[in-house]
Amino acid sequence: MQREQTPLQRIVADFAESRLALAGLALFTLILLAALFAPLISPQNPYDLAQLDVLDSRLPPGSRSGDGLTFWLGSDDQGRDILSGIFYGLRISLWVGVASTFCAMIIGLAMGLCAAYFGGRTDGVIMRLVDIQLSFPAILIALILLALLGQGIGKTIFALITVQWAYYARSARSTALVERRKEYIEAAMCLALPPARIVFRHLLPNCLPPLLVIATVQVAAAVALEATLSYLGIGVPITEPSLGLLIKNGFDYMLSGKYWISFFPGIALVLTIVSINLVADQLRDVLNPRLQK
Amino acid sequence: MVVQTARFAVTGLICAALSLAGTLSAAAAELRIGLAADVTSLDPHFLNVAPNNNAAWQIFDALVHVDANARLAPGLALSWRAIDPTTWEFKLRKGVKFHDGSDFTAEDVMFSLERPATLAASPGPFTGFVKPIAAKKIIDPWTIQLKTAAPYAMLLHDLNSIFIVSKKAAAGAATEDFNSGKAAVGTGPYKLVRFARGERIELARNDAYWGGPRRAAWDKVTLRILPADSARIAALLAGDLDAIENIPTADLTRLKTNANFRLEQKVSWRTMLLHLDQYRDHPPGLGDKSGKQLAKNPFKDARVRLAMSKAINRRAIVERVMEGHAIAAGNLVSPPVFGHVDALNAEAYDPETAKRLLAEAGFPDGFALTLHAPNDRYVNDEQVAQAVAQMLARVGIQTKVETMPASVYFAKARAGEFAFALLGWGSFSGDLALRALLATANADKGYGAWNWGRYSNPKVDALLEQGFATLNETKREALARAAATLALKDVPLILLHHQLASWAMKKDIAYSPRTDEYTFARDFRPN
Amino acid sequence: MPVFIIRRLLQSVLVLFFMSLVVFVGVYAIGNPVDILINPQADQADIARAIAALGLDKPLAQQYLIFLKQALAGDLGKSFAYDIPAIQLILERMPATLELALLATGMAVLLGIPLGLWAGLAPDSWPGKLIMAGSILGFSLPTFWVGLMLIMVFAVELGWLPSNGRGPSTELLGVAVSFLSWEGIRHLVLPAVNLALFKLSLIIRLTRAGTREALLQDYVKFARAKGLSNARVVGVHVLKNIMIPIVTVIGLEFGSVIAFAIVTESIFAWPGMGKLIIDSIKVLDRPVIVAYLLVIVSLFILINLAVDIVYSLLDPRVRISEAKG
Repeated sequence: MQREQTPLQRIVADFAESRLALAGLALFTLILLAALFAPLISPQNPYDLAQLDVLDSRLPPGSRSGDGLTFWLGSDDQGRDILSGIFYGLRISLWVGVASTFCAMIIGLAMGLCAAYFGGRTDGVIMRLVDIQLSFPAILIALILLALLGQGIGKTIFALITVQWAYYARSARSTALVERRKEYIEAAMCLALPPARIVFRHLLPNCLPPLLVIATVQVAAAVALEATLSYLGIGVPITEPSLGLLIKNGFDYMLSGKYWISFFPGIALVLTIVSINLVADQLRDVLNPRLQK
Repeated sequence: MVVQTARFAVTGLICAALSLAGTLSAAAAELRIGLAADVTSLDPHFLNVAPNNNAAWQIFDALVHVDANARLAPGLALSWRAIDPTTWEFKLRKGVKFHDGSDFTAEDVMFSLERPATLAASPGPFTGFVKPIAAKKIIDPWTIQLKTAAPYAMLLHDLNSIFIVSKKAAAGAATEDFNSGKAAVGTGPYKLVRFARGERIELARNDAYWGGPRRAAWDKVTLRILPADSARIAALLAGDLDAIENIPTADLTRLKTNANFRLEQKVSWRTMLLHLDQYRDHPPGLGDKSGKQLAKNPFKDARVRLAMSKAINRRAIVERVMEGHAIAAGNLVSPPVFGHVDALNAEAYDPETAKRLLAEAGFPDGFALTLHAPNDRYVNDEQVAQAVAQMLARVGIQTKVETMPASVYFAKARAGEFAFALLGWGSFSGDLALRALLATANADKGYGAWNWGRYSNPKVDALLEQGFATLNETKREALARAAATLALKDVPLILLHHQLASWAMKKDIAYSPRTDEYTFARDFRPN
Repeated sequence: MPVFIIRRLLQSVLVLFFMSLVVFVGVYAIGNPVDILINPQADQADIARAIAALGLDKPLAQQYLIFLKQALAGDLGKSFAYDIPAIQLILERMPATLELALLATGMAVLLGIPLGLWAGLAPDSWPGKLIMAGSILGFSLPTFWVGLMLIMVFAVELGWLPSNGRGPSTELLGVAVSFLSWEGIRHLVLPAVNLALFKLSLIIRLTRAGTREALLQDYVKFARAKGLSNARVVGVHVLKNIMIPIVTVIGLEFGSVIAFAIVTESIFAWPGMGKLIIDSIKVLDRPVIVAYLLVIVSLFILINLAVDIVYSLLDPRVRISEAKG
């Protein structure tokens, strides 16, 4: 069953086979750079209320503000430069999406594998916990956390982890249940290897591919869920909008023709998620030993 | 105090002419109205919230009505007068019939005034409105006397909130009986046909409505429940509805310029304001700019409060945030409302004076605070809060904004967790607003229940008490004005603006907009 | 198998207990419904009286015990805001949500699996790429945004479909359903598409990933070598092996469609449970929140049970008796 360790060069070469994936990688790198260096490249600090002026609100793309600043993509209902808002919003959205998905996946994976491997009472307890979690509306959880802890980006991430981990646990368990019956695990158990070793060295790598599919989708879902929480007024603070919150704020103006407030952040969100998925798709194919020609 | 009827007669004539025209052009027509909030129950005495009351007003009546300007008008009571300081006599309208054909009499009034107290489990009961009534007496089938323990001028306003149900139909009825229509027998302009909870209320015209000339123009009315703004607007644009209430400011301009639709607006009774903590030495969220505690609470200094008020550019808020659909406020109540003081103007925008005042008060570098606001309660609440924060930041007050849904917000506000917080207030009269917002908090008297900043001025309290015991409306209004002028001189809270209430409808329909924001099917006319 | 099911049901009762406790503590932490629902003009005495009338003045533990006692007698309490039994409110709204969820899931499965297979069998062809690109878009766009766009295009601009609401309902086996009439179907289309889009993308991706893997496995190569027709290889061998993760997700997603239809329901003014729960959370109508969650948890437990049973049918290697250890 053991395969040779794949050299990094081969991965790079395989990855580069798809021009689409390369384009995705380039796009994602650009987006990541924009997010990282947002304070340096933004014309305005959109989170500093003292720099905003409602008198500049809802100006169409290309307008100039009272201070002589050009709003290349227009301004929002507070006189916030949309372009700057997108750069800063990217930081928040990426951070919220990636951090919450990553943590939720780790927790969910560990729980799901344990449930599948140990079975019995452990399985029962974990899976019933999953049932509870999955049926609890994200909104109620977010609202309770908001009431107890107050508003903030960290708290939003916490709420998203709470909402998402059960999803991974459920999927990980189902895959692991199948893998557990396979010969290589039984062989490992016959060798009396420690459970931790079996779970992490043997079970985990074989359960990962379907979970990674879900995870890439889920980064997008986390970003959208964060937007939805913000839409319901229980997400990130209104003065530090994420992409989702920018979309939500502009959404109110869609019917009245002021498309740019919502449209450009929407484009940014779509590009981000598309690029993540292009890269992740190709990576998954490249890294999956079973797909090697 | 007999209410003059001439004015009503004239309005009646005009309406009669209108409704005649209406019946010609839109005979057998149906009107579909989109409402912005869910109606939880058709029991008019169960839960005192605006959406439920709005639905009840289509089916039921009260003894006293308020007109489009939120001023008292005769309803099922034709006239009233105070016999002595604690006794009121009401002459009831004769010949009024309930939807089931039975006569409306003083018995039904007695029953309706007693019923709220018999409904046990309500999170928002109507009991407060009947509590002041110490005794009731039927003189004859169309005359009733109400006694209060002490002289109490607010009785008429309170009676506006108690719907008159049919004793025959509602005796022993539960909420379900009202929802099913069995007990929902009123004297109002429309009869209940069907209540589909969360979806729609179907109504049919009450041809025997006492309003005569004010009779409703539409045979059938469907009230659709559409709380999502976008859904409501889209339904109007798509032609699925004829009229909608509560238009988001973002869509007003577009609807205004669209030739297929008409927009009706009126200044609402709701005033937006900011409460300032004036009782604690170290209110939460207040500090210097590095986060250290301040030596004293700046809000206790009237100069700081005035400076903050002057730092706010109300015109910018009205024009940019509210897109022109509000008016800057210098009063606790909006212009048409009882007790409004015309001489009090909105504080002018003057950042320079604001900075000077702050320096005089010992805060030349300003300080830092957190502004709390709900985000699903008032028109553009979070946008208003952010705009205020911007403006305060410009005079050196570093402002952080925290917003949350009303369900979390009001519990925290009551628990005193906010030092600087946004509140919207709607009131029938200036003295009622003062009693709730600025009177010294006193649970026994029911004063200052919403005085989050705990402003206290014995002179204001005294004027209020005197006013509530004054049955002469003119004298009472003068006292209310004096109290408001006295209190607002101290800048005990920061007034922002009065909202405008808006309705949008198809071009061939007209509506008489109301200050109390209610959407009355009977006030829609073909045009 | 019966032992397994009984054991699972017993566990479920414990889950329901635990759940109701969590909701009690959680809602208590958020705030007090009287603060939101009472007339602002009410004085302090009125407020105290209303709080006492709802039993909210008692210590939380006592409130919970009262609830338990009534719940064991089959009474989940009356809604604070609606003044009718909470469970009745939920059951009233349930058909609308189930109808929407079933249609959305049906669309996602019936379209998602064939499209996913196509994309998996021919990953480098342009239809394959197009399907993948479409699926990426499908879950990139926030639901509320897509919903509004659907309304803008199909209801406002083109006028083909109604913008919101549910069509007239007819009784089918005692349940009010709306999909039997043409008008009802017209009302269903937009919200169902809105709700299905995300699930559709997910199923396409899972099917494609599974197909690509399965094609390279020995048993498929062997089946091909044996000279089985392509249709049979794909239809039987590939499909059967990729069904496990897909069934899990369909089961899970059906539950979450029901539980999270909130956004779609509020944009399209669909009178379902999602809209009810968000309204109830807004006013902290605890009896409704508790009853709703108990109903949803029970649904989830049933779905999970069904999914586990389907596993054992699809894959004999997963024997249900093993689950009890």
